[in-house]
Amino acid sequence: MSSLSTRHKAELIAVGLIALFFIVIFPLLNAHGLVSDFTINLWGKYLCYALLAISVDLLWGYTGLLSLGQALFFSLGGYMMGMYLMRMIGDLGQYHKPIPDFLVFLGWTELPKFWKPFDSFPFAFSLILLLPGLLALVFGFLAFRSRIKGVYFSILTQALTYGASLMFFRNDMLMGGNNGFTDFKFILGHDLRQPATQRGLFIVTAVVLLLVYASLRLLSHTKFGLVQRAIRDGENRVLFSGYATAHFKLFIFVVAALIASIGGALYVPQVGIINPSEMTPDKSLEAVVWCAVGGRGTLVGPILGAIGVNSLKSWASRAAPDYWLVILGGLFVVVVLLLPGGIVSIPARLKAFAQRFRRPPEVAAVAAAPAPTPVVSESKPSV
Amino acid sequence: MSAKYMLTVEDVSKTYDGFKAITDLTFYLFEGELRTVIGPNGAGKSTFFDLITGRAKPDKGKIEFGFDTDLTELNEYEINRLGIGRKFQTPSVFTEHTVFNNLVLSLKGSRGVFASLFNRLSSTDRDRIDELLKLIRLDGKRGWKAGQLAHGEKQWLEIGMLLAQDPKILLVDEPAAGMTDEETHRTGELLISLAGKHSIVVIEHDMTFVKQIARDGQVTVLHQGRVLCEGKFDAVQANPKVREVYLGRGKTHK
Repeated sequence: MSSLSTRHKAELIAVGLIALFFIVIFPLLNAHGLVSDFTINLWGKYLCYALLAISVDLLWGYTGLLSLGQALFFSLGGYMMGMYLMRMIGDLGQYHKPIPDFLVFLGWTELPKFWKPFDSFPFAFSLILLLPGLLALVFGFLAFRSRIKGVYFSILTQALTYGASLMFFRNDMLMGGNNGFTDFKFILGHDLRQPATQRGLFIVTAVVLLLVYASLRLLSHTKFGLVQRAIRDGENRVLFSGYATAHFKLFIFVVAALIASIGGALYVPQVGIINPSEMTPDKSLEAVVWCAVGGRGTLVGPILGAIGVNSLKSWASRAAPDYWLVILGGLFVVVVLLLPGGIVSIPARLKAFAQRFRRPPEVAAVAAAPAPTPVVSESKPSV
Repeated sequence: MSAKYMLTVEDVSKTYDGFKAITDLTFYLFEGELRTVIGPNGAGKSTFFDLITGRAKPDKGKIEFGFDTDLTELNEYEINRLGIGRKFQTPSVFTEHTVFNNLVLSLKGSRGVFASLFNRLSSTDRDRIDELLKLIRLDGKRGWKAGQLAHGEKQWLEIGMLLAQDPKILLVDEPAAGMTDEETHRTGELLISLAGKHSIVVIEHDMTFVKQIARDGQVTVLHQGRVLCEGKFDAVQANPKVREVYLGRGKTHK
């Protein structure tokens, strides 16, 4: 199967080159003033969104679980990072008190107990993994054990994120209410307002995205990856082949939550704010649109979709701010109706289109019929 | 009889929203037997398989694997792991996976999440898959996506997937549906060759096919969730009750 290995080699080279550009060249250009601080910050945000989109795709495109609440895990990661960043403000806030401004505003003079450990970065970092991981574990355990599937699963995940957003909107949750956290100053001793710090955060985000991409690429080649896609295409057969499908779904649900959470934790110091509006159901829906536009069931698709749709959003919010939601909705409809495979399916479609014209008519007629051609699937047996 | 029981079903009933799908059903399967189950639509044939494989729980009655394993307490994958494989009425294969990978997923072996992360195919596994591919005549299409196969080929692939699990009992629901006469005949020959090594229950509508595989084995006729009669094919065919409920109306059904 040499064609397969050449295709893999091509993918490896392409990914390597793109990674080299984002991890080394782009930041270097920024350091020399050839790429603006604004641009690198914007791209840092896109790459965080790409992590969220990958987590949606891991569930939707690879396992057939349409989660409409993935932004919850993204936001929780963001909030955990935000709590640490709030503590790093020290007494440089508006009120010049050693506790976060919003707590002073609420009449607190001392730090609430559960805030105290967030002075420590390792603690905050472990909660970035633990909190969304545990929530996904408990929610997924209950949902998959009760065999909640399809649209019911989607609705439940949406309800979960909606419920959480209502909770975080409340001031007495002591998480900043509807203003959330902002005005961050330092991360690990570095000034967040310095371009070098933002550049560093961008590089970290790009490296994390590369690692996530590579791990998931490996995962898709294991037997686990085969089972995962088999659940998507025929869960009953998997169940009746002796696999406890609920365990597989639970595992991937937790992994997806962790990826989203890390994305959110990287997002907050770059964007400079986190508030409950990030948890509202429409944020999760947007991530589903990125995935659909880029091409679900692939790893490149969600990354392209997140970057593409958000670039469009950045442009539209300047050019036609009132029409952004109309554009987004229209884009989704167009993709679903005309390009179900998303952006990544365009080259194959063009190729098929060109071939139709190259062939003599009688062959074309045969080709139009669903003639089975041997396909070398990307899902190689676990060797 | 001195033969060993593989499956014991005694006084089993199952009701769905007041509809009696199965009523006081008693059924025994012996080791190495090839049993054919026939009956008109709605006779409870598929419910019967659902009850054995854990997809549905009986309201009452006993379902045991061998002598002592109570199947009513177990769920689908646990029952499968005991060695009970099921082929569905409509071919259910993994359409986006290759024929080869369909068999990889079905091979007997560990089924855990973490084991699947580090699983590697051994050369024994590959040999076994090659052997199965030859048996189900899909050797030349191992790299095809299962979704691209013809209907009959999918049926064969699913039978191959069942065999890959090396089950003790095979429950086969309408294997010949959608097949050409020649394919049907070949499927019959395959099932006959598997009997003895495996215990098999085949649900079927096609009477030519039933006649082919039943030979002088037992045929069970289900009607309205009960066993109407049981016996050799000729006796069953000659039974006036059977003719009335099933064979006589066979032309208006399919």
